Amino acid sequence: MSGAGLEQLCASREIVITCGSGGVGKTTTAAAIGAMAAAQLGGKVLVLTVDPARRLATALGLERFGNVETQVPPELFASVGVEPKGELWAAMLDTKQSWDDLVRAHAPDAGTRDAILANPLYRNITAKFVQSHDYIAMERLHEIHRSGRYDLIVVDTPPTRNAIDFLEAPERMADFFSSRLLRWLITPYRSRLVNAASKPFYTVADRILGSQFLADIAEFFVLFQTMYDGFVERADAVSRTIADRRTSFVVVSTLEDAPVREAEFFMQALVDRELHLGALVLNKVLPRWFADEGAAEVADRLVREAPEVAAELARTGGDAWTADEALRDPAQVARVLREIGQSFDDYRVVATREREKATTLARHPELVVSAPHLDHDVSDLAGLVALGRAVW
Amino acid sequence: MPRDLELLERRLLFVTGKGGVGKTSIAAALGLLAAGRGQRTLLVEIDAKGSLADVLETGPTRFEPREVAPGLFAMSMDTEESLREYLKLQLRVPLLARIGPLAKSLDFVATAAPGVKEILTVGKIAWEVRERHYDLVVVDASATGHVVGQLAAPEAINELVHVGRVREQTRWMLDLLSDPVVTGTVVVATPEEMPVTETLELVDRLEIETRVPLAAVMVNKVLPELFGRGEQEVFDRLCEPETRALLTSAVGGPVDPVLDGADLAVRLRRSRAEHITRLRTELPGDLPLFYVPYLFTRAHGLRTTRTLADTIGAELGY
Repeated sequence: MSGAGLEQLCASREIVITCGSGGVGKTTTAAAIGAMAAAQLGGKVLVLTVDPARRLATALGLERFGNVETQVPPELFASVGVEPKGELWAAMLDTKQSWDDLVRAHAPDAGTRDAILANPLYRNITAKFVQSHDYIAMERLHEIHRSGRYDLIVVDTPPTRNAIDFLEAPERMADFFSSRLLRWLITPYRSRLVNAASKPFYTVADRILGSQFLADIAEFFVLFQTMYDGFVERADAVSRTIADRRTSFVVVSTLEDAPVREAEFFMQALVDRELHLGALVLNKVLPRWFADEGAAEVADRLVREAPEVAAELARTGGDAWTADEALRDPAQVARVLREIGQSFDDYRVVATREREKATTLARHPELVVSAPHLDHDVSDLAGLVALGRAVW
Repeated sequence: MPRDLELLERRLLFVTGKGGVGKTSIAAALGLLAAGRGQRTLLVEIDAKGSLADVLETGPTRFEPREVAPGLFAMSMDTEESLREYLKLQLRVPLLARIGPLAKSLDFVATAAPGVKEILTVGKIAWEVRERHYDLVVVDASATGHVVGQLAAPEAINELVHVGRVREQTRWMLDLLSDPVVTGTVVVATPEEMPVTETLELVDRLEIETRVPLAAVMVNKVLPELFGRGEQEVFDRLCEPETRALLTSAVGGPVDPVLDGADLAVRLRRSRAEHITRLRTELPGDLPLFYVPYLFTRAHGLRTTRTLADTIGAELGY
């Protein structure tokens, strides 16, 4: 097939993490890579996604994505004419469930566990706190990888406001639990003695938030501290996993301004952190032939001289032309010709802008692959395989 | 009903949508449009990514609002600054001694109690509206995933915090945010599967989980209809091999890319039309739906944003 695309990357890694800003087709790309890897490379491949389209779940023959890993039915591959060498599995990240599991694993005793799980602040954090998604995604990835159940895990990252948060999540989680500031914050509630240094803080905080609320916060941290060792150790291990040579990042972007800016920023961040940037996937790229100079001249001529061209066609087409019901009205033919020319000019403007962006982006990674602007959203396995082949 | 209210007659608009749909451009365009109509307008960027500065071609925006076009002011949200301002205005806390540790701890407190950062964000915005510093405040809000949490923050805080100054504060915020004559959410979508799905989900969640009224849905990047009645048939004929040959000799150049380009345009338009239909049929019937055409422009920047503002103005009937 090739070897110049993502095939080699997927064959030599155990974890491939797709990143990029929202709306660039990250999830679909991750699923397409997974499908190709299962079909071509064999072994067990897991696509771990965060926020899939319902149609994507359907595309993979799944009722819905769940926190449990589910195999994509092999018959589904057969139905699109692919005989997979391996197995494709899929799972979705359920943030709350994963946090609960983590607490169960690390809580020192049943009492603490139940107190944490029942704490309103804990529920708030796991359900709403944005960065908790980042951490838990990494954590779950680490857990699955360590289990050794899969030859390749393709991870679709959570929609991060700032992609860097994702990379730093494990480290930040470790910092968070080992922070002196945190200890300082909860000390008065342990000792029931507010020392001179922190007194102004509590005076102000009490006035703003009310002391009951502060006490709730402190209780939560005190409880969470009991899991300190487990957490820090775990966060370190997660950090090591993503920095490992067996892990590679694939940055996905369209060629619009904002995604391009984020992709550039993110690729630089990977380089700075010495993480492996495996490939850049440019998605929804307009065809190259919009750059054709001769075609641009043709389009211009159609816009400027549509009636003349229509007349010329009627003349050279002879009887067959004039006999055709659809082509009989030269004014209508001219309108269509002008419309075609105008549309080409319009898209050419966008294609030119895209090419310039692609050149800028291509400076970073060793491998750049482009996926075409498919005229339908990918909604079935056939679509995933088509997309996969384009980047494979 | 307030939904008949013209969009820009409100005093606070939250513009949200899935990432990549162009909500920053739409927010900036709404700002330009309102300012152009003589409304003193404040644009607020929530996620300080600098996109607002890009679409307005202005220097970096800061917490302190700055006039970026006649009558149009822009600022970026900064929760720490917001806290400072709040303390200064509301509590008259002597600054130097107390704020240092408080600001440093903010991250931790905010981590423990999500809603603290959100309340500082929403609170600052609501305060600007209440004090009537501007005729209209347009917020380039967070993307679909986070905006509900942000807009629901005053209520969430109300539930968590039982006494204290904050509780008093959330009451007037809720009054202001839930008044459909004052506040509205504009959800931006593009005619693609995920953005439409997320828009439908967001509309539901906003109605269930927040008290902030919906003002409109804007479908951005709508591709033009290439052919009118009967013209598609003409085009299909032109694509047949014999006619292609005739056309090639008539224009004396390569016609394949031009015809294929038009074909691609037709197919893209068609697949997107399905998503527009789904959006239209599944949204509440009384929720205004506006269409904003795809702009085939050389680059993005102030000029494009102005064009966008004019286009939206025409769509809104101005």
